[in-house]
Amino acid sequence: MKMHMNHLPQTQTRKQRSLWQDAWRRFKKNKLAVISALFILLLSLIAISTIVIDLTTGNSFYRQYVIKQNLRGKLDAPSAAHLFGQDEFGRDVLLRMIWGVRYSLFMGILAIVFSTLVGGFIGAISGYYAKLDNVLMRFMDILLAIPSMLLATAIVAALGPGLVNVLVAIGIAYIPTFARTLRASVLTVKEQEYIEAARAVGADDFRIITKYILPNAMAPLIVQSTLGVAGALLSIAGLSFLGLGIQPPTPEWGSMLSNARTYIRDAWHITVIPGLGIMLTILALNLVGDGLRDALDPKLKS
Amino acid sequence: MSEPLIRVSGLKKYFNTPSGFLHAVEDVSFSLDPQKTLGVVGESGCGKSTLGRAILRLQEPTAGEVWFEGENILSYDAARLKQLRCRMQIIFQDPFASLNPRMSVFETIAEPLLIQGVFSKKDRTGLTRAVREMMDQVGLAERLINSYPHELDGGRRQRIGVARALVLNPRFLVCDEPVSALDVSIQAQILNLMQELQQQLGLTYLFITHDLSVVKHISDDIMVMYLGQVVEKAPAERIFENPLHPYTQALLSAIPIPDPDYKQERVLLKGEVTSPINPEPGCRFAKRCPQVTTACLKANLPLIEVEDNHYVACTLFGSAGAQHHAVRG
Repeated sequence: MKMHMNHLPQTQTRKQRSLWQDAWRRFKKNKLAVISALFILLLSLIAISTIVIDLTTGNSFYRQYVIKQNLRGKLDAPSAAHLFGQDEFGRDVLLRMIWGVRYSLFMGILAIVFSTLVGGFIGAISGYYAKLDNVLMRFMDILLAIPSMLLATAIVAALGPGLVNVLVAIGIAYIPTFARTLRASVLTVKEQEYIEAARAVGADDFRIITKYILPNAMAPLIVQSTLGVAGALLSIAGLSFLGLGIQPPTPEWGSMLSNARTYIRDAWHITVIPGLGIMLTILALNLVGDGLRDALDPKLKS
Repeated sequence: MSEPLIRVSGLKKYFNTPSGFLHAVEDVSFSLDPQKTLGVVGESGCGKSTLGRAILRLQEPTAGEVWFEGENILSYDAARLKQLRCRMQIIFQDPFASLNPRMSVFETIAEPLLIQGVFSKKDRTGLTRAVREMMDQVGLAERLINSYPHELDGGRRQRIGVARALVLNPRFLVCDEPVSALDVSIQAQILNLMQELQQQLGLTYLFITHDLSVVKHISDDIMVMYLGQVVEKAPAERIFENPLHPYTQALLSAIPIPDPDYKQERVLLKGEVTSPINPEPGCRFAKRCPQVTTACLKANLPLIEVEDNHYVACTLFGSAGAQHHAVRG
């Protein structure tokens, strides 16, 4: 009885929740996803602070401790002074890992932001305007027919290795996935009665797309983007591993892994640590993606 | 006699499908006086919803004319069509599907005012006042103003739908089965609300439904449709007292009567439903009609005024059919 009495006034004054707030509440219940999200946040903070350090010191710290070789400490195992040990040129692996976050994670995010925007635009247009659908989607099919890693490799091979080229290559390779994802959900949402209701009060296409269709069609795209960052990160590491991506001595995780491969019998730590870094980051991104999917799925509404 | 608010003549809507043209609305004509309600009844797929949408130009009609307040709105360009939205509105069937789940009650009701430029986005106080007044008018508690549709029940959601349609102060409303998705107890509430609003605001309704007891309750005139064609049109009580078209008779005999001892004589329809894709000329009910004659399939049948204001499209009536009817009667 007492519970009931407390409950009643609460329902009346309860703050009203939008669907996004509801999704956030569900996401918070998923411990693994929250931990993963915190991990990604931590990595982002690390990356930002390295950028800040580089800007304030004019790259001198970077040159002194991340790039500069110290052959006396070559392949030294982890110790108190160098927690993750030293690499084949005696550089501190921990510092290189820390400076590498921005290339792996931020480049991955940047590439995916690019392809989400472009792919999302193409998907929204072709989902909404049936006349353009066929042309745009056949073009996307051409891109989809080539495996994304192969396409990225081909683009980098054509443009030459380098940071921006890798970004462009991976960005382009992921466009069709996002275009398809958003197109599919736009096609579903477009048929809803509230779209017709908006048209009946005189809303124009732009307003209908931005205020009615996109907010209701975004959820799968958000999930796909999170998972896409993991894929892009792997592609960047893969391209670097093949020597097509970011070039040494820049401390990119994939290229660190690639260079360390030769010494795998002498020094386990310089392959295992970048490998673990890539693995954990991708795992965390996938867990966040899974958590988002569960949180945003309206069928699982509790 | 007053000038009709809306006059529809020869309205057609065909959909292009892979197997041919689907004749959803075939040559429908009617006129509707201000502050009256025309009920449109028929089974699922008979084109009654398409008719409502074609009149509002939510779906462009294939042919015909829609005269509203003395102007043919089918000739309107996009700008005038947008203005027209202030005077003609629609209430949808499913209050779960017709509200944007990402918009709160306030946003949903304010949206038409913002789109039509009645209020600017900066005029928050004016907008809030208008929304609150509208919510009050349709019986929505003020505390729900920031709620989202998924937090409310069907009846409240439909009140939001009514509020959204009325906030622009229209004269004519297409009500597309506004109560058929609701519980019976809530149906009555919404119907009463709509009748009150009609009297207060002087609204004119085109009331689409498949529920005959609902249409009897609310309509002045009733129009019965079958596969896109109007088969009978008459004042409401006349349809129920003296249905003339065999389809109307069958339809009315299907109304359940809440008396377990009452033995009802149902007209059971046999035969298959005519395909609405590239249909043959003639009465589309012919294949299921118990009183079919060869004359039924010769050409599309016109509506004939059999009694005062009672129109029917059937070979049993009019010049050739009158005797037949007399024999049967």
